[in-house]
Amino acid sequence: MTAIANHFSYWATLFIAIAGLYIVIARGNLVKKLVGLAIFQTSVYLLYIAPGKLIGGTAPIIADKFAVYSNPLPHVLILTAIVVGVATLALGLAIVVRIKEAYGTIEEDEILAQEQPALQQTADNKM
Amino acid sequence: MRSWRRSNLPFSKPPITRCNILISQNYPILHVVVPLIAAPLMVLLRHGGFAWLLAAVASWSSLAVSAALLAEVAGGGVISYAIGSWAPPWGIEYRIDSVNAFLLVLVSLIASVVVIYCRESVEAEVAPEQHYLFYTMYVLCLAGLLGIAATGDGFNLFVFLEISSLSSYVLIALGRDRRALVASYQYLIMGTIGATFIVIGVGLLFLMTGTLNLADMAARLREVTDTRPILAALAFLTVGISLKLALFPLHLWLPNAYAYAPSAVTAFLAATATKVSLYVLLRFYYSVFGESAVFIAHPTSDILLVLSLAAMFIASTVAIFQDNIKRLFAYSSVAQIGYITLGVSFDSLTGLTAAIVHLFNHALTKGAIFLLLGGIALRLGAVRFQDIGGIARVMPLTSFGIVLAGLSLIGVPGTVGFVSKWYLVLAAIESGAWWLALLIVLSSLLAVIYVWRFVEAAYFQVPSASVSRLREAPLSMLVPAWLMVAACLYFGLDASLTLSGASQAAAELLPGSR
Repeated sequence: MTAIANHFSYWATLFIAIAGLYIVIARGNLVKKLVGLAIFQTSVYLLYIAPGKLIGGTAPIIADKFAVYSNPLPHVLILTAIVVGVATLALGLAIVVRIKEAYGTIEEDEILAQEQPALQQTADNKM
Repeated sequence: MRSWRRSNLPFSKPPITRCNILISQNYPILHVVVPLIAAPLMVLLRHGGFAWLLAAVASWSSLAVSAALLAEVAGGGVISYAIGSWAPPWGIEYRIDSVNAFLLVLVSLIASVVVIYCRESVEAEVAPEQHYLFYTMYVLCLAGLLGIAATGDGFNLFVFLEISSLSSYVLIALGRDRRALVASYQYLIMGTIGATFIVIGVGLLFLMTGTLNLADMAARLREVTDTRPILAALAFLTVGISLKLALFPLHLWLPNAYAYAPSAVTAFLAATATKVSLYVLLRFYYSVFGESAVFIAHPTSDILLVLSLAAMFIASTVAIFQDNIKRLFAYSSVAQIGYITLGVSFDSLTGLTAAIVHLFNHALTKGAIFLLLGGIALRLGAVRFQDIGGIARVMPLTSFGIVLAGLSLIGVPGTVGFVSKWYLVLAAIESGAWWLALLIVLSSLLAVIYVWRFVEAAYFQVPSASVSRLREAPLSMLVPAWLMVAACLYFGLDASLTLSGASQAAAELLPGSR
């Protein structure tokens, strides 16, 4: 129990990361895959930011009243990572729009079926 | 106000800040900044012709700067450049040594050759209103790749990795075939997972050492080498980088991406993107974790060895049965990456030299092949085996170039492929594994088969009516492609330049065995 309580942020990170990766792998809908990817990336934000915070710590501005400072660097890094994540999501969604225009669907199996009409036909005949 | 200094110590004293306006003192960053500034200019100008000119100027100036940097560090020195004069390890540091200077020259050289080729090829394969966007993405990708190679900062590396990746997703999606969109989407998903793994690895290293500067990180890692977060970081980085460099079995994004991207993009990415990722792997293994922490404490060698052999045999076998020639050579790329990682897995000076020299040689060979295939795609509109029957009669130069580069893929003496295979075999024998030498030769026989398939189709079939109407590819495409073919032959006959560069880079990475 204490192992979970002491490392709560890491367990949360792990859960979010695995949930995100699971969505990417298990879902056939291209938009849902991107949502999973975004969730997976979010777990990294937590991985960086949570250890940077010290309980009772303040921003690192030297003053007589404060002795404990939190590390501001992870926040800055993650600000960059968020921008990268947004750009990736935007580009992914733009490609999905183009896929929808070209194929008329955003379901992975339907796109694959359109790419392999011969295979699909034999499968239909068997049914 | 920027200044750089030469030293072999990572950060012994604060940088000397002088008001230097000499442009040569900013070389370590110029090759990244020039393409990075060219990109928004192109978007503002919105003109395909100007964009091409700017892209050419940016690539060529990057090449000039990289060559100057290589000459500077050739003696074994290290250039440390503090961005904005913020002293490392607090500020972002660019570190140029003989390893990445070699890579910078390779990437900018390929970019400079391909950009000439782009003019005609992009005209034919990309819609006119998208030309300026194509070149914008092209220079952004170049800036990203050069940035990855030059930077000495873990997080900066991730940012440049994403700059180059995002622009290459766009470049691939610009392909004519609608399957290019799906290929680009697949690459986006897998590439982002890879990049996120890398950033998790860097994050764990940052948590344990409190620094992002790679040289500083290496020094501080020694105190915490045996802890579990460091092991996790090693695992995350290995898997993440392996995804980006398409190590078997993480190569699934590569064949489709190469097959359906515009020809110029395929040539550029095949010759540079996976090579830069390989450099990142070497950098983390040797310069950050250290050789003993990676290869002696963990069975990394065995894992790499098995995966490399699987890549060499399985990917080559799959290549033989491809219908689309671009896809065939894409699978061949996966196999050739296997040779490079095989060299790394020996963990010896010869093995590392073989890996680095093959990195260079394979970039030239595959660059040449994909450029020449682009000529066929331009004239014929397709590169499938059933369409190209007898094409050697109407496009003799193109076909002969592919055959010569194909011989280099096989490893015939007189081509660059032979030099790399020779060193790989030497490294195998040196490590006492003569059966590996045998396997290297055996896997080359698979390359004979798939190259022969092209020879058979191009030379020994009667041209169909549609083929016999074709003309030779335009000169602006033939010249860059043949430049690469000529380089394949030149460095195959006189390997002293590439070998000395590679062995110096290997010695830089493996300091104990100098």
